[in-house]
Amino acid sequence: MRAALVGTVKQLPDSRSAVVTRALQRHAVPCRMSAALIALLSVSGCSGGVLDAQGPIGAADAKILLNAVGIMLVIVVPTIIAILAFGWWFRASNTRARYRPEFVYSGGIEVVVWGIPTLVIMFLGGVIWIGSHDLDPFKPISSPDKPTEVQVVSLDWKWLFIYPDQGVASVNELAVPAGIPVHFSLTSASVMNMFFVPQLGSMIATMNGMVTQLHLAADKPGEFYGQSAQFSGDGFSDMNFILRAVPQDGFAQWIATARQSGSALDRTSYLALCQQSSNVRPFTYRTVDASLFNAVVNQQLPPCPGPNIEGPGATVRPRLER
Amino acid sequence: MFGKLTWQAIPWDQPIPLVAGSVVVLIVLAVLAWVVIKGYLPYLWREWITSVDHKRIGVMYTLLGAVMLLRGFIDAIMMRSQQAAAFRAAGYLPPEHYDQIFSAHGTIMIFFAAMPIVIGLMNFAVPLQLGVRDVAFPTLNSTSFWLTATGALLVNISLVIGEFARTGWLVYPPLSGLPYSPGVGVDYYLWALLISGVGTLMTGINFVTTILKIRAPGMSYLRMTIFCWTALAANLLIVAAFPILTATLAMLALDRYLDFHFFTNEAGGNMMMFINLIWAWGHPEVYILVLPAFGIFSEVISTFSGKPLFNYRSMVAATMFICLVSYMVWLHHFFTMGAGANVNAFFGISTSIIAVGTGVKIYNWLFTMYGGRIRFTTPMLWSIGFLVTFVIGGMTGVLLAVPPADFLLHNSLFLVAHFHNVIIGGVLFAAFAGITYWFPKAFGFKLDEGWGKIAFWLSLIGFYVVFMPLYVAGLLGMTRRLQHYGVAAWRPWVLVAGIGIIIMICAAACQVVQFVVSIRRRDELRDETGDPWDGRSLEWATASPPPPFNFAVLPDVRGEEPYWEIKRRAIETQQLSAEPKYEPIEMPRNSPTGFITAFFCTMTGFALIWHIWWMVGLGIVAAYAVFVWFAWRDVTEYSIPAEEVARFDRARRQAREQWLAQHAGQPA
Amino acid sequence: MSATDTSFDRATDPYRVGHGREWLSAGAGRGYVHATGHGEGGPASKRVIVGYGFWIFLLSDIVMFSAFFAAHAVLQTATAGGPSGRELFNWWSIVLQTFLLLVSSFTCGLSAVATEARSQLWTQLALLVTGLLGLGFLALEGRDFAGMVLQGAGPDRSAFLSSLFAVVGLHGLHVSAGLLWLGTMMAQIFVKGFRADILRRMVCFNLFWHALDIIWVALFTIVYLIGLGR
Repeated sequence: MRAALVGTVKQLPDSRSAVVTRALQRHAVPCRMSAALIALLSVSGCSGGVLDAQGPIGAADAKILLNAVGIMLVIVVPTIIAILAFGWWFRASNTRARYRPEFVYSGGIEVVVWGIPTLVIMFLGGVIWIGSHDLDPFKPISSPDKPTEVQVVSLDWKWLFIYPDQGVASVNELAVPAGIPVHFSLTSASVMNMFFVPQLGSMIATMNGMVTQLHLAADKPGEFYGQSAQFSGDGFSDMNFILRAVPQDGFAQWIATARQSGSALDRTSYLALCQQSSNVRPFTYRTVDASLFNAVVNQQLPPCPGPNIEGPGATVRPRLER
Repeated sequence: MFGKLTWQAIPWDQPIPLVAGSVVVLIVLAVLAWVVIKGYLPYLWREWITSVDHKRIGVMYTLLGAVMLLRGFIDAIMMRSQQAAAFRAAGYLPPEHYDQIFSAHGTIMIFFAAMPIVIGLMNFAVPLQLGVRDVAFPTLNSTSFWLTATGALLVNISLVIGEFARTGWLVYPPLSGLPYSPGVGVDYYLWALLISGVGTLMTGINFVTTILKIRAPGMSYLRMTIFCWTALAANLLIVAAFPILTATLAMLALDRYLDFHFFTNEAGGNMMMFINLIWAWGHPEVYILVLPAFGIFSEVISTFSGKPLFNYRSMVAATMFICLVSYMVWLHHFFTMGAGANVNAFFGISTSIIAVGTGVKIYNWLFTMYGGRIRFTTPMLWSIGFLVTFVIGGMTGVLLAVPPADFLLHNSLFLVAHFHNVIIGGVLFAAFAGITYWFPKAFGFKLDEGWGKIAFWLSLIGFYVVFMPLYVAGLLGMTRRLQHYGVAAWRPWVLVAGIGIIIMICAAACQVVQFVVSIRRRDELRDETGDPWDGRSLEWATASPPPPFNFAVLPDVRGEEPYWEIKRRAIETQQLSAEPKYEPIEMPRNSPTGFITAFFCTMTGFALIWHIWWMVGLGIVAAYAVFVWFAWRDVTEYSIPAEEVARFDRARRQAREQWLAQHAGQPA
Repeated sequence: MSATDTSFDRATDPYRVGHGREWLSAGAGRGYVHATGHGEGGPASKRVIVGYGFWIFLLSDIVMFSAFFAAHAVLQTATAGGPSGRELFNWWSIVLQTFLLLVSSFTCGLSAVATEARSQLWTQLALLVTGLLGLGFLALEGRDFAGMVLQGAGPDRSAFLSSLFAVVGLHGLHVSAGLLWLGTMMAQIFVKGFRADILRRMVCFNLFWHALDIIWVALFTIVYLIGLGR
């Protein structure tokens, strides 16, 4: 089963299993059960999702996920077997089973059933503490390269990506250089959304009047599906984008192309972009007002409006204008 | 004159809600006409609508929940079929309609299906298990029910007049604020929940008082059944959590109606505060649902294993532990909102800690079965299904409690599969187990075992076929609430889930058939003695159905399983204990207060939604008038003479004596 | 089977949690018996049940106020360029409101004493004074609110003002409801006298009125005193 993503997506140069193997080698998944799980899930076609991480953050997240599953399965599987076994053996028609109606308390069992889950939870607590700190979205990725800066604004119902260092912007298309960390600063023009590229790792919320931060990196060139993971209204289902990880020179070329076509992103064109619209085809802006992102964050540019309430019945059942 | 309300409020141009709404209206009118023409109305008014008897109120709550469960299930069918059809296509539900459906699905299932069923079962069984005659405040109990019905009515009215919220079941601002949701949908949601929330809060107060202050003589805390302990924990949670819901929704209402700025984007509003407050209610809410479910399973597993519950005191400790810790975990619903590593880690750890308490319960049930003589009746099948399913659901929950894992899976179909796993596996299975278990007590005849078992297997299989693929789809990156999607990798899993929903439709049909067949065969299925399952707790000491006063004489409780001991003694000595001295019993009078109050609350709620201000004023004045009129009552109780008490009780004793005679010589 | 036969439960109670203590049977199920602790005496009396239930209601009400207090704590500095508490609070009015409410609690207590003595006249007088003091409190608060709105500092100006109006207004709403209740109670006592169920309701009303006072103290501290420092 091919894991085809949005529309006509370029096939990755390597075979899928080689990618998975390399991810395993690079990020050294120690737990054998996790490896078995990955293999199992790959066979069932799970590549292309969050377990098929193409970046260090996603890989670390996925590793913790699989380790946690492995730890818990050690308890869960015997428990389920015991449930079915006891249910079967102690059925009323089984005369071989000993009926022990006085067996209502056992100190030994009590110690075990409180103790073992507590120990497991203490271990898991350690994983949680360390993992939450290591993978805090606000924490930069350690790398010799200077991160690429991208400012993200979620609107109704499209994504605006601003490159402050390069002075261009794009809508619903995110190009980044592969192998180099990307530092996202995110805000929303209206309602809460959630920036999420499943194969690259963690998601983070976007909210009006506030800035959140995210650090991601793509190991190698490729195209990855991105979406909003927080329902934001009628046009939500089309609020997806493509993250295009390209080689460094490819990125420079993309920037150069963007600077040659498209219109300017200033306050006027931003206000036009503000109007609710969905299913927006990707396009770029050749220049960007440098203060635009901060103006959105500080609400110097007011939050984008909601549906039009001029029409009849609009305060009863507002309609989305397509 | 009528605020925003015009004829355009009816969805003339949208065929699906128009047809659905017309069908519902026709059915309701037909049922009403049948009731009136057959002359049932005086009986219904006297015996059910104005009843303050906890047993009747419990049945009405459960019936309301079951009907709304069907409505919510139809929403689910529409959601699954839309997603199955909408791969790179529009499907048959436009976004503005689909958004209402998933919002209504969640709202109805939590507030008007699961809560009423759980509260209904608690209403029915708790006073019986405590060995007393009724709850602390019977008329308040009736009012609670009718206010919940008001909320359900308002949500259903939104199908035909206006629209429902399009924001999801927890109406996050700013999306639910006036700029982004200018329609009446969020208002329907707000008033339905504010009104029914008052009803639920009153239930909480009622049951906490009942369980702590009204028990049979000799019943110390550690002699109550586990179901009563879990009911206590759940109602303590209601008392402590529902006011937060009321406050938060009131703040949103103030934002929408009076231009306040609690959660707006501008003027300093803070939408993150809504999310914190609503989940500070929301997490205790799911424990309000699941703790009584655990209690039901304790009763059922113990009864059908023929053994006392294993490690009763540990179960009590685990229950109160869960009750307490459920207040300290709410942030795990929004790890991705950016609170920082320390905060995220703290709440992740506290969430994992709650799993310890739940694990202890699972093992206690397991060892209740160990050494038992298990009868695989329908309630026991639901219980074993629950044990396996809930363990899986709990595991995925602890997984989501790890913030780095949640960063990948938040709001995905993995999350959706997780919470359906625990709610269906926990609450819904318990609802069916509890309804089947207590049905003979309520109505005097058992449910048909054959159809019950078929319904169980189809539900179990259907559940797994719907939700296991959704786990996979979530791992593949699919987020929730999509009206259409284009990622090919997700498609096979969504299609399998669509097939699963068909299996669940068959299961639901079998449930309905089960009830029809059982009613037809009720004479064969009759419960003669009042103890059809060889029960262990006090409700099985009464007749089926019990008389209004439950017990002719309040039982003297001497041990943890009082009825089991009474029964054993009777079987060993081959005779019942001596006939008690019968005295007159005073019972509370029926009252239309609850129904009339709810009527005016419905009117006020509707008026608030549509901005019909004169009607709002009228409703509030009328509600106050009802309060004064109720307070003015001089006669609040009626007396049942001793002869009538004796008559009921002698009939019950005779049935038991007959059973003893038929089963002479058999071991206890 | 006598009430003192405890041999049975000792032998068969698997947890041996039976206390073996003497207790009196509740007979025909009528309420009150001599309770020996742990709720073993059977159902409590109506007086206890009603009072206990009302306490639980008060606790739930305090939780609701806590949610509004929490919102206020978060939004206390969100003045959005508008006026802050320091600029707006009318201290004399607030102090006078506090005085009125505290004295009304005292007169409410006096009415409880008069009720114990079954004196119709003094009960009604004390309740009337309580009501008038409560009305005075509401009048002052209403005047403050109106003044702020006319100044352009209404609840729609900023999040801080929204939460201020909401939490103080919620308290005022409770006082208003309490006054309606008070009027009803005065009428009931006048018409029906000191009947048992009316006395139980008076206990509940007293609890309610004193609780409102306690909430006012918290409000005064959190909203006004702490708010002054922001």
